[in-house]
Order: sequence, then C-alpha cells, then structure tokens
Amino acid sequence: MANVTLRNVRKTYTGGFEAIKGVNVDVADGQFCVLVGPSGCGKSTLLRMVAGLETVTGGEIDIGGRVVNQVEPADRDIAMVFQNYALYPHMSVYNNMAYGLRNRGMAEAEIKTRVEEAARVLELSSMLERKPRQLSGGQRQRVAMGRAIVRQPKVFLFDEPLSNLDAKLRIAMRVEIRKLQRRLNTTSIYVTHDQLEAMTLADILVVMNGGQVEQVGNPLAIYEKPATTFVASFIGAPPMNLMSTRPEEIRSQLAGSGAADAGILGIRPEDFVITDQTPDSGVALPLTVEAIERVGAETFVYGSRQHDEQRVAATPGELPPGEVIVRIPGTEAPAIGQKIRVAAVRQKLHLFSGDGRTRIEA
Amino acid sequence: MVEQEGFRRYIAHVILWIGIAIVAFPVYIAIVASTQDNALIANGQMSLLPGGHFFEVYYQTIFVGTSGSTREPVGNMMLNSLVMALAIAVGKIAISIISAYAIVYFRFPFRMSIFWIIFITLMLPVEVRIYPTYKIVADLHMLDSYAGLALPLIASATATLLFRQFFMTVPDELLEASRIDGAGPLRFFWDTLLPLSRTNMAALFVILFILGWNQYLWPLLITTRDDMQTIQIGIRKMITTTDALTEWPIVMATAVLAMLPPVFVVVAMQKLFVRGLVETEK
Repeated sequence: MANVTLRNVRKTYTGGFEAIKGVNVDVADGQFCVLVGPSGCGKSTLLRMVAGLETVTGGEIDIGGRVVNQVEPADRDIAMVFQNYALYPHMSVYNNMAYGLRNRGMAEAEIKTRVEEAARVLELSSMLERKPRQLSGGQRQRVAMGRAIVRQPKVFLFDEPLSNLDAKLRIAMRVEIRKLQRRLNTTSIYVTHDQLEAMTLADILVVMNGGQVEQVGNPLAIYEKPATTFVASFIGAPPMNLMSTRPEEIRSQLAGSGAADAGILGIRPEDFVITDQTPDSGVALPLTVEAIERVGAETFVYGSRQHDEQRVAATPGELPPGEVIVRIPGTEAPAIGQKIRVAAVRQKLHLFSGDGRTRIEA
Repeated sequence: MVEQEGFRRYIAHVILWIGIAIVAFPVYIAIVASTQDNALIANGQMSLLPGGHFFEVYYQTIFVGTSGSTREPVGNMMLNSLVMALAIAVGKIAISIISAYAIVYFRFPFRMSIFWIIFITLMLPVEVRIYPTYKIVADLHMLDSYAGLALPLIASATATLLFRQFFMTVPDELLEASRIDGAGPLRFFWDTLLPLSRTNMAALFVILFILGWNQYLWPLLITTRDDMQTIQIGIRKMITTTDALTEWPIVMATAVLAMLPPVFVVVAMQKLFVRGLVETEK
C-alpha cells in the first residue's frame, strides 16, 4: 500500500521534444487514478516513467514516500498490465504468473499458493497449464492481471489494458478490474483514451493534453465543472456544444448574467430542452434539424444554427462551427428539416475565456 | 492445391516422376556400385542391380579404407567432418545470437557502425580472404587441428542478421515485462529470448550443418595429415591414384556415407526447420 506523488515531472527527449511538461499529481493510498487524454498527450509516457521504463528528466516520482527516479523497475514494487498483455509466449499460464516471483527467490510453495489464489479469483484455475496462444483475448487479459496480482505490489499500473478487447468484453472486464481493485485496495494508475472507461473507473481523474495536465479531480466534478474547453469537449459523449459568444444573438441573451468577459459558451447536449419558451435566464437557440440518431433510450438531434459562427479554440471531437447536438430522452424526435428552438437554463451554462484556457464562474 | 481434372493431372504427375528420376538415378547408381565387385566395374560390366558385396565393401570402407596410398578409414573421416560441421553450426549460432542480442537490445557507442562492419563481412567469405586466414591459423599453430578447421568459418554475418531481424519483431513489452518481473539482461536472454528463438535456431542449424559438412577448399588447405582429413577431401584423394586401379565400390560407398548425415539432420529437424522459416511464435 502506498501513495504515489508526481512532483513537477518532466520528460524531454534528446531531440528536444518535450513529452511531459511538468506534471503534478497526488494519488492517495488505495485510490484508483485514471490518466485520460487523446493519443500523443503523454499519458502512456507518464505511466512508463512511473514504472521506470522511461527515464525522468525533471522533477520527482515518489512511491510510498521514496523517490524512485533512479530505481530499477523491478525494485519499485509496482506491477504493470500492458496493452498487448506481453505474456511470455513460451511459458504456461502458471509460469507466466510465477516468473516474477521466482526471480525474486520466493519459495516454490509460497508461489504455488499465490498463483492458485490469483487463478481462483480470475477464474483461470482450469487453464494454468495452457500456453497464452491457446487462450482467448479476455483470458489473456486476465492472465496479465494475474501476473500483476501475485506480486502483491504497492502500485498497479495499467496501460490501456482493455483496448484490444471487443466492446462487450471491455465493459465486463472494466467492472471486474474495478471490483478487484476495490477488494485488494491497491493504489492504481490506469491509462486510457476512452473517456467512458475513465469516468467509470476513476476515483481521481487526470485529464491530459499536450504533455500537460488540464484538470485533476473527481470524475463527476470534472464533468460538472470542466476547467477548460478541452476538458469540456473531451469528457462526456457526445461532446459539449461550444460556441463563440460573439454573435449578437448569444451575447444579448448572456447580458446581465455576469458573463461579460466570457469568449466561449458551452452547453452539454443533455442540458438542452426543445421548447418554444425562452427561459428567464439562460440561452435559447433556433435550429434547423439536420440529422437524427436514435439509440433506443435516447435520441441525438443534430441541428445547425442560422448564422455564421466564429471558430472556437480547437479541441478533439469538436463540432463543426454552427452545429449543435441536442440529446433528448426516448425516441420521439422532430423531423429532419424542421425548425426547432432549444433552450438551456443559466445553471447549465459553462463559460470560458476566449482562449478556452480558463473557466469563468459567474 | 487446386484439384485438376483427369489428363492434365496425369501430365503433371509424369513430369514430377521424371524430375524424381533425374535426381534419384545417380544416387541409385552410387548405391548399386557400392555393392559390387571392383573388377566387374573396371571391366565396364557394372550391373544396374545391387550386387552381393554390401557388407564387405562397407566394412572395408568404414574401418579399413582403400588399399591405395591414402589408407585412412572413412569412419575416421566422418568423425572429422562431423566434429567440424557441428563446431561450425553450433559456434556460428552461439556467436551470432549473442552479437545480435547486443546489437538489438543494448545502447552502446558505435552500435550501428559495428552492425555495418558485421554486415560488410558478408562480402568477404573465406575464399576471398584465404591467404590472410591461412596465415593467421598457421601462426596460431592450428593447422591439422579441429580448431583450425572450424574457427575461421564460425564468424557469420548471415546468422547475426537473421537473429537481429527476429529480435526486432519481438515486442518491446516482453522486455519491459521481464524488467518489471525482475529479470536482468542475462535472464531475459536465457528465459525469454532463447526459447522464442528455438525454431530459428533449428532452421539455422540445419543450413549451417550442411554448409559445414560440405566444406572443401578450407579443409583441403589446412589439413595435411591423413588422420585429419574430412570425408569430402577423402573421396577426392581416393580417385587420383594414377598407378593403381580406383576402387570404385569403396569410393561410391564413401559418397553414400557422406550423404547420410545431412539427410539425417534434415529429416530429424524437418518439422522445426519448416516452422522456423514460416512461422514465428510470439
């Protein structure tokens, strides 16, 4: 059991490329921390630095009160689950799990107890003698988990462990990982690019972009109060609608709500209602319906606004200027081409500075 | 295979059988000739059916040798060839897998330069550098010795390249998982890389054993004593006598014996060999 603290951690490659630009994160003992961000944001690099697979060029990594910058991976008391599982192909499931323990000189009897216990928990008991290539993707994933568990390390590190599984299995394994982590109560750091995985697994969520931390905190708190437009559009699916406040139509509606210096307005698709009334305070937008997506329990309405739109700060998953997504419950939806009016109340509006870097509370 | 209809299939089979006959007939002749009386062959009356001197001829070949100038039992020549071929095959694999490991997994100064230097030696086989190589072996007093036969042929760029290519396909995560599992460089090599290279090593062994077994020029140069000569040299020496009758049954028996070890190696390792060439287990 241990906490993990990153103090101003930096990674600069020899070519001068800065992969990590000073990251501060504090993961308390037993917490499940998820690093999330688009590909190339440095989340995997950061995890590998904690594991000791990448050198640290600045700052400190502290595991359980010990600075481990110069410590070999094997001596950091961590275990890692890789995206491609990295099972030893020539070893049986049993030996895959036992290998790390043998290298540490543990007695065979103790190894047997631990491996069998892990196999029982992961429902691998009947497969201990098989080779990895005789297993399905989900089973291999569980062996990789088993290899981490038997070590009883201070920290689990997960590098996108579910991205090689099909969608259904991914959800099942996600729940299993969470349950397992709760039971073992081992500090964990988990890297993913899937915001849904991030939201559901995390005690503490770290949203990264371009080698920097955009926001750290409880996943729901981040969802409700994203600190930047990047976080706003990255967390939540479909993404938050972001629009410039410059057009007269929007500026006039925001006037008097203490948002004079806001440059960007954000509204989540689910915070819109289709209504003819204009709320007392809030924003109403006229839309022309362009596409409808029905997924059963809910329906997404894609509409376009009538006037030219200033492009707001670039973010992944961003909507084209002038397009708005509205989420409505059920399957009843307006027809394509129909003109509708959607509104969101003042409490549901997110306001950001013009560069998208600062959230404005009003 | 595509199933072909009637006539065309027979044509294909006939062509294949002709091919087999062309390859197999000389071998058959050698076997037949090795079982006949020498006088009969010398008269030009060799039968195409096996004769009755099988045990007699092979006994003499293996344990006594020809009655001419080189009275060296072929059994001993085979032992020499075997030691040389095994030393070359095992030595090449051992040296090249270690150098490939160093080149792929370690960051040392001039790593790529060293790799290219190894690569360039591909252009310098023994035949090209025969004089300096002979000089070195002679200066080291290794003429007429197993070390002299095998050592100069052991350094191998081909095998190093092959292992390098294979190592580069092994996922980096395996190395990383090993590091986290507390395995140092030697353990990773021994516990993970070697077992994964098993089929590659088997395929190389087959190729290199045959290469070593068939060496001619180098053994011819550096062995002067009869008891150090290899079977390939021995066959040649049996035929050169001008003042005596060539003992063809013994020559042919020697040729047959010279074919056996490579055939045995190929048959015994065929499964691993094919797997090593077509599939990688990762």
